[in-house]
Amino acid sequence: MDPQLPITNVTETLLAMLPEIFLFCWALVVITIDVVSKRKSETLAGYLSMIGLLITGILLSFSTYGKGFGNMFFNDPMAAFFKIIFISAAFMAIGSSFGITKKKIVNHRGEFFGLILFSTVGMMFLSASREMISLYIGLELTTIPLFVLAAFFKDEKLSIESGIKYFVIGAFSSALLLYGMSFLYGLSGTTDLLSMRLNIAAFHLTFKQIGVVVLISNIMLVAGIGFKLALPPFHQWAPDVYEGAPTPVAAFLSVGSKAAGLVAFAKMFLLALPAFYGTEMFPNDWGMMVGFFAACSMIIGNVVAIRQTNIKRMLAYSSIAQAGYIMVGMLALNEHGLASVAFYMFAYLFANMGAFAAVALFEDKTGSCQIASYEGLSKTSPFFAVSFSIFLLSLVGIPPLGGFMAKYKVFAAAIAQASAHESGQWIYWLVGIGLLTSVFSLYYYANVIRQMYFSKNDSPYTMTYNPAILTVLIIGVLGVLAAGLFPEPVLEFAGQISNSFGF
Amino acid sequence: MLPYIAVAAVLFSLGIFGVLTRRNTIGILMSLELMFNAVNINLVAFNKFVWTDALIGQMFAMFIIVVAAAEAVVGLAIVLLLYRNWQGINTDNINIMKW
Repeated sequence: MDPQLPITNVTETLLAMLPEIFLFCWALVVITIDVVSKRKSETLAGYLSMIGLLITGILLSFSTYGKGFGNMFFNDPMAAFFKIIFISAAFMAIGSSFGITKKKIVNHRGEFFGLILFSTVGMMFLSASREMISLYIGLELTTIPLFVLAAFFKDEKLSIESGIKYFVIGAFSSALLLYGMSFLYGLSGTTDLLSMRLNIAAFHLTFKQIGVVVLISNIMLVAGIGFKLALPPFHQWAPDVYEGAPTPVAAFLSVGSKAAGLVAFAKMFLLALPAFYGTEMFPNDWGMMVGFFAACSMIIGNVVAIRQTNIKRMLAYSSIAQAGYIMVGMLALNEHGLASVAFYMFAYLFANMGAFAAVALFEDKTGSCQIASYEGLSKTSPFFAVSFSIFLLSLVGIPPLGGFMAKYKVFAAAIAQASAHESGQWIYWLVGIGLLTSVFSLYYYANVIRQMYFSKNDSPYTMTYNPAILTVLIIGVLGVLAAGLFPEPVLEFAGQISNSFGF
Repeated sequence: MLPYIAVAAVLFSLGIFGVLTRRNTIGILMSLELMFNAVNINLVAFNKFVWTDALIGQMFAMFIIVVAAAEAVVGLAIVLLLYRNWQGINTDNINIMKW
């Protein structure tokens, strides 16, 4: 069904919304069953949540495109693609958290998994909205459970510190976002993103001076979403929160929450405020601003990651750098731009979730997050070492793996944009910085691989895998390889996203 | 309309100032509420004086009030955990992780 067509029938709209409704109810079921079974089983709640996510995925394949409730629920190719990403991220995060639910979170297993599912529901609603109110509600439903999850180890100072830091930053950024949104409402009189674009353009023809207000709201929106995406200079919370939060939660933050921020960014800026590059409509240019932040994040992320000794902090800085690469693709306002961003997210999902799953497994076994303690693992646990190396190499962008294809697509889209527009020449600089910092990034990723493979000592640890984390690692390896070797089906699907945004 | 927008801007700036300078976590929470309420004033003023035909702005403000309440609940719970682990809610002591 064409996504532009409205569904007038309420029942049909609710049917199109079925995956979200099901997942929400399933989260309540998981919490209830965990309480009713007196929290005896170590794995029941986790497996139930994984089954729920699988069922949601199946329901997703039956749900139709279309819009309902105004534009508050707008199921388009972008929603479908990113819902798959969110569900897979939640699946892999839950799969890698069986270690901590066995030892640490003994009394709140159901709540832990239920909150991850609630956050996933928020992300799914966020990706299926073209309207500011539902966008905001989706964003908050994503972040509020994550505040709780970050502070989930109630007796560990590290976890609580990360929780309060994430809470203050998260609430602050959503206040900034809302202030920007309130001015956009004041200028356009609507919260629907597409009619907002038209109204602001029409309003601007009569009142030239509103450019200042648009500029203020643009800055507020970039700052608000930049905090969610951890784009420098709004990135300082990310390493602290990733270090203190439970490792699966950090993984979910770095992929799910980041993808949600990207979707919000794409919707606000590409649908409602798309004009830059020389058109006369707005006298301001969010493109330059975002380009500057992307350059900052590539440089700061990659350079600061080099001197980290804690692997979770290193992965946090690496995810800051990856956000920079993704934003380069977002600046390419052509048919490949949004498609390359979506594809990058797809490849990044498997590589990063896999890497965090490996870190979680190692942390459960040894209690250590230091890079130095990974030495000699290739001899005692070859599968662990091989899969972790594949994830890290994919994050660098080594050719047969998914990361290479993703980076190639993003930079190719950006170069196409730069060569097509006279005023977009500065994007060449961004691509240059991206290529250069990718080379830097090899240093700190390869350092971990060096510790595992080229150390004289054998590791004192031997990894044991429970079925869930084994599944996650295998899915991650297969996903990274598939994204690198057979990208065509995903790219084709991602291409539909650009079409539905009108490029 | 302008006085309302000006009040909202002042409130919002006060909120940002409070979040950045307060050492007490409860103070930070209150400053966050100031910021949310500035947004609400903005929305309601735009609705009342510019776009009077539909109540979109006021509805948005209602949603913000509800979400801000939910956010405050989680925030206060985390502050409670801070108090249990540090025997205080001053942000100066919460500095295990740096850089």
